[in-house]
Amino acid sequence: MSVEIKTAILEPVRNTFAHIERRFGDKPATRYQEATYDVASEVNFHYRPLWQPEFELNDPGRTKIVMKDWYAFKDPRQFYYGTYVQARAKQQEVAESNFSFFEKRDLTRFLSEDVKEKLVRLVIPFRHVEQAANLNNVYGSSFAYGTAITQALLYNGMDRLGNAQYLSRIGLILDGNSGDTLTKAKHHWMEDAAWQGVRAYCEANICVDDWFESFVAQDVVLDTLVADLVYNQFDAWLQENNAQDVGMLTEFIRNWHKDTNRWVDSVVKIAAAESAENKAKLEEWIHVWKNKATIALAPLAAEMVGDGALELAVATLTKRLNKAGLFK
Amino acid sequence: MSKVYIALQDNDESRYIVEAIEEENEGCTIIHMPAMIRIEREHKLVVSREVVEEKMGRDWDIQELHLNLITLGGNVDEDDDLFTLEWKQ
Repeated sequence: MSVEIKTAILEPVRNTFAHIERRFGDKPATRYQEATYDVASEVNFHYRPLWQPEFELNDPGRTKIVMKDWYAFKDPRQFYYGTYVQARAKQQEVAESNFSFFEKRDLTRFLSEDVKEKLVRLVIPFRHVEQAANLNNVYGSSFAYGTAITQALLYNGMDRLGNAQYLSRIGLILDGNSGDTLTKAKHHWMEDAAWQGVRAYCEANICVDDWFESFVAQDVVLDTLVADLVYNQFDAWLQENNAQDVGMLTEFIRNWHKDTNRWVDSVVKIAAAESAENKAKLEEWIHVWKNKATIALAPLAAEMVGDGALELAVATLTKRLNKAGLFK
Repeated sequence: MSKVYIALQDNDESRYIVEAIEEENEGCTIIHMPAMIRIEREHKLVVSREVVEEKMGRDWDIQELHLNLITLGGNVDEDDDLFTLEWKQ
């Protein structure tokens, strides 16, 4: 005797929301699609904002970049709130275990005074840069157009606070939780000649009106250079100078850059591919900010790693931009 | 020649895998069943790491396929980059 198992199939009345169906066809949609596409209001605003009457509340005109469809900026990571939080929670667990390992074994004692001094003077002040990056990305999040890009900018903004906190915690590990290193690092940020270029760059970028330009200056130009200088080249220097354990503490930021670069590259690529005008605008912005950034970072790069470090970082940036279809 | 098939749980992970399989294997049949997605194709079916990674937007290990796998039919050939189902008699 054979037993036949029967299943009754209940067809869902509809596969997804009507506006998602219009974009992707009548099939089961991903959570990312449902949480992202055509979510922000586009019409029927009651009145224009008093603080900016030339624009609607949501208005594509707040940047010089023109897109036919602002939802073209699909996040390759497909982060909506749920997946974003899960991904970061996973990374944070690893980072926390690295930090507690470092503290438990008291690995600070293997660091020479010279290395400690270098960390406080040249690395920890980057938490202020992360703070500026938070402002720039959150600014984009509030004034950009279309949920596809606004939500990704907001996640990036929040990540920056996380990065800043991990940098601060490196300081706290070095000074035994007294906070002295943070005070010193702040002093370097405010007074040290080597830092003034980067501080000026950050302040100038905070004042940029066009949110896309601000994104380019921060996430494309400065972040790529800093990531290569600090978390790649300086990390290699630490390894050669018996301070490889510090790498455990910066691993989170390194992984974060890898993850975020996917999204940044795709935004640049999509905007550049849209039209020749967009491409020209992006190249113009990148040209201006790259010049500022290389001047600003020069003294830091020289002290951190030495001659030629900045050129290597710039080469990394150029390679990424070429890959995204710019300057070709 | 009979068909090879693979059935995956119907969840957010598998959706990207199915999308990748659909793109890579021309002429495959995708059957949505309750809580399960079955994919069939004559002769051969491949899942490659690269295409799935692109769909998911993160690093993906071919072995993660087994987390959502319900059943499959065909001779399996699996390495770090490619998972192949094929009848080899």
